[in-house]
Amino acid sequence: MSRAQLFERITDQANRPNPYPLYEELRETRVAPQDNGSFLVGRYYDVMALLHDPRISSDLHNRGPGLPGADRAGDGPESFLKLDPPEHDRLRRLTTRQFGPPHSPDRIDSMRGELAELVTNLVDGLDGKGRIDIVDDFAYPFPVSVICRLLGVPHEEEPRFHAWADALVAAIDPRRTSADNEQVKAAQQAQMEMAMFMAGLIEDRRRNPGDDMLSGLANDSGPDGQLNTVELVTNSILLFIAGHETTVNLITNGMLTLLRNPDVLERLRAEPELVPKAVEELLRFEPPVHLLGQRTPIVDIEIDGVTVPKGSPLVLALASANRDPERFVDADRFVPDREDNQHVGLGSGIHSCFGAPLARLEGQMALAELIRRLPNPRLVEDPPPYRPNPVLRGPRHLLVDCG
Amino acid sequence: MGSDVRIVIVGASLAGVRAAEALRGQGFDGSLTLIGDEPYEPYDRPPLSKAVLLGIMPPDHAALPYRSDLDAKWLLGVRATTLDLENNRVVLSDGDAVEFDKVLIATGVRARPWSNSSEAALDGVFTVRTCDDSRRLNERLSAGPRHVLVIGAGFTGSEIASVCRERGLSVTVTERGPAPLVGALGGVVAAVAADMQRDHGVDLRTGVTVTGLDGDSDGRLCRAHLSGGTALDVDVAIVAQGSIRNTDWLAGSGLAAGPRGVTCDAGCRAFDINGIVTDNVFVAGDVARQPHPLYDYQLLALEHWGNAIGQAEVAAHNMIHDGLRRRPHLEIPAFWSSQFGVNIKSVGIPTYSDQVVITQGSVADRRFVAAYGFRGRVTAAVAFNQGKWLDFYRGLIESAAEFPPDFDVMDRADPFEVRPSELPDPAVLSHGPTVAVTGHLPTERRVEFVSLPK
Repeated sequence: MSRAQLFERITDQANRPNPYPLYEELRETRVAPQDNGSFLVGRYYDVMALLHDPRISSDLHNRGPGLPGADRAGDGPESFLKLDPPEHDRLRRLTTRQFGPPHSPDRIDSMRGELAELVTNLVDGLDGKGRIDIVDDFAYPFPVSVICRLLGVPHEEEPRFHAWADALVAAIDPRRTSADNEQVKAAQQAQMEMAMFMAGLIEDRRRNPGDDMLSGLANDSGPDGQLNTVELVTNSILLFIAGHETTVNLITNGMLTLLRNPDVLERLRAEPELVPKAVEELLRFEPPVHLLGQRTPIVDIEIDGVTVPKGSPLVLALASANRDPERFVDADRFVPDREDNQHVGLGSGIHSCFGAPLARLEGQMALAELIRRLPNPRLVEDPPPYRPNPVLRGPRHLLVDCG
Repeated sequence: MGSDVRIVIVGASLAGVRAAEALRGQGFDGSLTLIGDEPYEPYDRPPLSKAVLLGIMPPDHAALPYRSDLDAKWLLGVRATTLDLENNRVVLSDGDAVEFDKVLIATGVRARPWSNSSEAALDGVFTVRTCDDSRRLNERLSAGPRHVLVIGAGFTGSEIASVCRERGLSVTVTERGPAPLVGALGGVVAAVAADMQRDHGVDLRTGVTVTGLDGDSDGRLCRAHLSGGTALDVDVAIVAQGSIRNTDWLAGSGLAAGPRGVTCDAGCRAFDINGIVTDNVFVAGDVARQPHPLYDYQLLALEHWGNAIGQAEVAAHNMIHDGLRRRPHLEIPAFWSSQFGVNIKSVGIPTYSDQVVITQGSVADRRFVAAYGFRGRVTAAVAFNQGKWLDFYRGLIESAAEFPPDFDVMDRADPFEVRPSELPDPAVLSHGPTVAVTGHLPTERRVEFVSLPK
């Protein structure tokens, strides 16, 4: 099959367990024009350069009519993920004030105790079970609770957030066409319900502020002014979605990789201080986000003699860049203490992962506890069944026998 | 390289330590000696004019981490006084000498002291270069001086002024030029820096020099006299008038070493005084003066954190490889600063420009990118709170892209107006000769240093 169908093959469910040979094929050419009008890029230095290129937009309004994704522009108010500067900068700046340095340097670090408690309780629940599902029993409930606590969503509302997350994530699938009406409707329904709920919560936080992030966002007034309710709702939903499925995949892909490399698992059991580096390597080796399909050049750009016309869908294959042997020694090997590990698993440039500090901490604490507590874990099924989504790639279930 | 080879590194700061790490990392298993004139383990300098002065970072937290298996001999608190290339040894201030097969010069720079030594000795007059400097100044700023004077509005002076304002201290900044940072960034961008200072309550005085400092009967600083005849009551003055390269100890060594640094090739090999490259003497960091092909092979001495590391790694590599396996140091220079709540980042050499254009963002909001050009190509870019774009501009510089950029970008600055960058022409020599050529026969032709006319 030709390179012109690479994107189709990458997104084919049959290749979900192991898309890496396709990425290798992608890297043989620097730019792969696709039959559907999009352009695929998968080499490290190219992906890195495009992530920092001010001629590349994240706003689908810049996509040429009739090209994939163009119909999704104007779905509703957009989060900063799908906006360009200066709007992107303003919204991200306003949101960052409540999340990290310099204005909230301790927000994430101060959650360590709470995170440890959540992790411990979840692993306690696995005690004595012979067979567990890392996804349903652990990796899935954990980040939802964390995000809810960060934002200040009451504990009893967490199950509703699970349901909304499912519907919304299904809609991120790039293979979605306007024919998938039910999925689209379900997502719109979830989006609306969640927006209503968040708007109510924000109203409440305006009247009764707590020390949670939503209270901060609703009441803070910095040099950029304040987020209005629509902006607040849209961006807190972004934090919820982006901070959710990705972390599930980080933890699950992490356990899968460790179970496939028992020597590394043993080593981490003996040297838990190595876990942060191992999580960094996981973000390179099995990143939760494989493809960025949101980018569009606003002028014709040339890469290696190929012109990517203005308005074309540009797909940056992060997971491919992370395995580029021109950048990483032994790129296809999982090296838990790898030095020089400047991967693009969390992106780079102005849209680099907003939640990175939280994702890292969650990944580190979850994996450290699972490694420490699971007795003699063994993989039941390899490869495990995968979720259909090729962008947020991860197993649907990960069955493990213990004891 | 055999384990009987002895490498000596003079200077135990960033460049010296990173070179030592790189040597061991690349398998050098000979003897390794580091000589440092301060009594401390190596430390990082950027926080010294920022977090340490704000009192939010103890100076001993600025320690530089280095690999545990360095297996080096550390000679700390001792100064190198002579480089003896006839006998391949470094003579030390305590009279000892260390022999070497290869030597790396990484002695850096020191703060330029106040020119009048009795005024410089007044209690309350500071420079900031070492962790001791920073610790002492932090103590003094914590004590709540009534009025602070910063002499010189380069990066160090501007950062210190910013710290003073953040601490709520009243501060005057004097700058000989027309605006802060003008020498590094040119008049157009420097005008923004001037507004920033004034908006934050700095009493900024440009086109002004300090002509004298007075002490009281106890030897404490009490007054500063400015050109134009005004006087200011001040109890702290920070002299931030640049630095002096630590090359004095190389006098008579036969190297091309002088006030502008130690000249070396792009592979960090030092030139001797005749302009012939040496085989066993290498240079890295602030003291090195190296040609860069993208800037007409102009010899550049850069006081940048990243440059020190880049040169250290290239020098280390080339100390243990020869011939075609040697590497050039071709990194595009880059530096950053943090002041008045703005993160300033630069790539390339802004002084190597005749034109500048704001390409992205908004000057009024103090978040923008300025691209610099020289003779129709992009040579540098400076970002105020927009640093994440600079990798793109680095690409433009590396590919000698056309200036002004002729494509559209997101958040394009309006108006897109190309202006003179208001910097001295880089093609004009700023100094006279400091050497003379002597002899007539080919075997006699040699170069000698001559002293600068007073």
